[in-house]
Amino acid sequence: MYAHSSESLIKQAREIQESELQKFQSRLGKLLHGRELGHEAVDSLQRLHLILSATKYTRTLPPELHKRVKALLSSPAEQFQVLGSAVLRETLPPAGQEVNYNQENFLPLNSHAAALLLSQAGSRADLSSLCAQLLRSLESRQPEGPANSLMHTLPILNAVLTHSPECLTEDHVTLLSKRLVDWLRYASITQGGGAPSGGFFTGPRSRQPIPTAELDGTVSGDFFTVLCVGQGFTEDQWMNVYSFSMLRHWLLTYHSVSNGNNAADTEDIQGASVSKHRPHPSPPMTCSVFSSSAANRLQLSLSLSHSFSNDDRSEVDGSVVSMVSATSSSSRLLPPKERLREKAFQYCQRLIEQSDRKAHKKADTDLQKACLVEAVCILDCVCGEDASLVYRTFPCIKALFGRLSSDLSFARVLLPIAQFYLNHGEMAAVDCECVWKLVFGRFPAELFNNQFLAHELLRFLRLNLESLQLRVPQYSHSFPNLLKFLAWDSPAVVDDFVDLLPSLVTAGTAVELLHTLLDLPCLSATLVLQVRSTCLPISEPGGRGLLSLDAFRSQSLRGLFLFLLRGEAGSGDTIDRLSTLHELLAETADWPRVVQCAQTVPVLLHIFFNTVVAVADEKLLAHLVQVMLERSSLLLNVPKYKNEIYRVFSCHLLRLCKLHPSLVVDESHELLEFAGATAKVYSKEEIYTHVVWVLGEYLSVSCDSRCSVSLITSCFETLEAVLFEITSSAPPPGADCPVPRVVTSLMSALAKLASRSHDLIPRVSLFLSKLRTVTRGGSVAWCSDEEDLVAIVTRGEELWSLLKAPGVAQSVLTPPPLVTTPQWHRDTNVAMPLRLRALTNLTHAQ
Amino acid sequence: MVRCFLIHTVCPVGALGSGESRVLYSRVFGPDEGVWTDQDRELSPQERRLLQKEKTTAVARQVRSAVSLSREASGRMLVETVPGEEALALQEADGGVVRLRAGDPFSEEMSALWLGVQSLGFTLVCEPHENLLLAEGTLRNLTRHCLETLHMLGQGSEVLLRSNRVDALLSRLLPHGQLLFLNHRFAQSLEKEVASYLAK
Repeated sequence: MYAHSSESLIKQAREIQESELQKFQSRLGKLLHGRELGHEAVDSLQRLHLILSATKYTRTLPPELHKRVKALLSSPAEQFQVLGSAVLRETLPPAGQEVNYNQENFLPLNSHAAALLLSQAGSRADLSSLCAQLLRSLESRQPEGPANSLMHTLPILNAVLTHSPECLTEDHVTLLSKRLVDWLRYASITQGGGAPSGGFFTGPRSRQPIPTAELDGTVSGDFFTVLCVGQGFTEDQWMNVYSFSMLRHWLLTYHSVSNGNNAADTEDIQGASVSKHRPHPSPPMTCSVFSSSAANRLQLSLSLSHSFSNDDRSEVDGSVVSMVSATSSSSRLLPPKERLREKAFQYCQRLIEQSDRKAHKKADTDLQKACLVEAVCILDCVCGEDASLVYRTFPCIKALFGRLSSDLSFARVLLPIAQFYLNHGEMAAVDCECVWKLVFGRFPAELFNNQFLAHELLRFLRLNLESLQLRVPQYSHSFPNLLKFLAWDSPAVVDDFVDLLPSLVTAGTAVELLHTLLDLPCLSATLVLQVRSTCLPISEPGGRGLLSLDAFRSQSLRGLFLFLLRGEAGSGDTIDRLSTLHELLAETADWPRVVQCAQTVPVLLHIFFNTVVAVADEKLLAHLVQVMLERSSLLLNVPKYKNEIYRVFSCHLLRLCKLHPSLVVDESHELLEFAGATAKVYSKEEIYTHVVWVLGEYLSVSCDSRCSVSLITSCFETLEAVLFEITSSAPPPGADCPVPRVVTSLMSALAKLASRSHDLIPRVSLFLSKLRTVTRGGSVAWCSDEEDLVAIVTRGEELWSLLKAPGVAQSVLTPPPLVTTPQWHRDTNVAMPLRLRALTNLTHAQ
Repeated sequence: MVRCFLIHTVCPVGALGSGESRVLYSRVFGPDEGVWTDQDRELSPQERRLLQKEKTTAVARQVRSAVSLSREASGRMLVETVPGEEALALQEADGGVVRLRAGDPFSEEMSALWLGVQSLGFTLVCEPHENLLLAEGTLRNLTRHCLETLHMLGQGSEVLLRSNRVDALLSRLLPHGQLLFLNHRFAQSLEKEVASYLAK
């Protein structure tokens, strides 16, 4: 596959010497000068392309060579058109010749020349004139160029429309809408090509036209669509394909074309066709563009008004009016946009009908699905514009849903149907319950491993969040199911969940959601087990030897896994036997899927906590603090996972307590229990340090009046015991020495508490002085690093000296909020006026 | 519409840093979006070209890491195939979709559909509202043709030295980035055209 030879080719192309390049270019110039261009020319052009494209810096061609290559675009041989276009797309015109990229130089405009014009367009003006010319070619009913000259027109227009809809005018919209109606609805229904046309021996009778067929082989009974087949196709049938392919985008964007600059002549032509969606006034830029081509426009509008008055049947050259078209003859009186909408509606209805036929080819079966998606999206779009179509469309959509809903292989077709229900269900008073059961129920539960469905479903949720939250009450309760997408393929969908997660955090679901997020790696493992247990029979060697798989299959443990696999929230926040589950899944901890999933959890937890503070009351926040403390020792043992989670917990414990300091008094029992467990010093130093810090910081009357002396004392005693324990003996076997930060934060917390209850001061001082004596020897069992020990002792001495003056200690260790918030002294801008004001106060007082 | 089609490496390449990808073929459709976005309007044509190259490289990089992660997760063994086994290679290919957030690297959100065939990635960057089912089919079809006409399962470098074949292919199957609803008859007729182009 990818070979070293390719790598060295790229290197050569990048590092080619200027002299060598000049030689090469002059040789190529001579080659192109010749009359007959052969293999050598092809080969050299291809190499030139490589040289230009391999580097990100622009190389320009000598003007003479540039001219020669440009001339290739009008070459009769397509290969040279392709190469010419490719080479010029990779470079820029020589200085001063930019204007040469003008379609007048490339007439008749072939697809490859057009590609060059598009890619090098430097302004809207360039595109506008290109559009104007392409539309002129559409206007003439009989194309003057070769047979397929119109084919590339629609894709180019669509490309322009994508980037810069302002390049089209209201006239263009009218013209194109009319032509699209022609091609969509009135393409020939007999096969094209195939039969030789009027040979000498073939009389007119033997050239009976053969009708096109449906995908199942039966003869088409109605108008031509992309799902009709034949031996060959006529040009208008090709145009039918191109028209349908761009139809949805056209319907979505034709409102944004400019109309301000030529409103006058638009109204002259079609007073009746006033669009419901008045586009924004066009930017002044477009006006200047069009004033330059006023003559063209005039011509265009004249012919438009002509064809508009002769509208009736004008399109139907040679086609047969079919049954459906007979029923809608009134649509002829509609203005072009409305008429296109009506025809689009009919086309989609026919496609939906045709998609029920059994196709002979697999490729066509896939196309039917793609057509269903497109048809439903287009119907959704036209219904959005014209509400009266909703009532005509719903029976068909409902029937389609009924037909497909039991077959999950149609899931990706069912999504646009769900979108239709969401957009129009309320207006048509249709019950959507069954749709949501599918989207939030079976899809995630059974198709969690379908990457494309995951992408589309999550996008659907993102785009419709507001309306889903409003109309689909089960949305926020469906998170256990939705998170399966994340558990299965975290890297691919984590971005979507970053956007979606805040909408899933509600006061009612917060606690369960937190547990679910923490157990996401378990869910990931369980989904793998689920897939394996269905793929591998029990007797398979791959299915044996996995304890977790046996557990998954075991009846007695089924409940644990079923809880993880639940589809809806509300059956309980978590389960009792979580540690059993973690033990069973221990061997899954290094599975790539589980590891990838575990890596996303911290990100999501941050989002969770950032969101939850906005929706939760203090009671709920207190509950979340409890969950954090409790879950810190109940996590699946994935490498690095635990430490990452501790870091998130620490960060948000701090933020929650800062926001609501009384949480510390509310949860003092749990916090003290946590802080009193010496083992946590060694295994969870990150979160332990933070718990100690919040206790020291916020267990104070100034934060909460319920904070009694006895509470402070009991907290003091708990921390004192731990500090004493860890500084009087070596760490337990297997554990490292406690991190210095734990020791210093314990000391600080004790000093803070003592400063609030002076009776405790002698106890701290005694401890600190002892610490100094003990460490005088130079080494202790609980701290291996000398520098660390010195830092600890210094900190101790500072606190000790501070506590010698209790009044000062209190104001330093527990400063009143007046001093700490707002922290003006830290802001250089605010600090100066503050100081001045203070000085003024002093002088005035005297 | 489809914004660009890329063929790039998804395996480690000696000269590149880990996680980087070598773009072997890239085709950006339509006008350069840099002309319309306010922040890029001041750029010179050279700078715009550089920006565009960087954007395609950024997509290739994102797809490369998506392919590695997805292969790592599925744990499937890669099946080595040789020229002539294009159908098998395609059948064994893994595929997926990457969401490219607005601004990273395109000014609007995009979906990058990818197909990983051994050490190569084939990527279509679509506007997210595109019919992804259709895009998937088109990508598969394009990939098959590329593998066959450029003999990509072999050791050669035709993807670099015969890139006009890909251009010709794209001009039929994905003209100017337009996804087409082609039933097998339409597809056959286009394939015939491509074949006659290649025969010249």
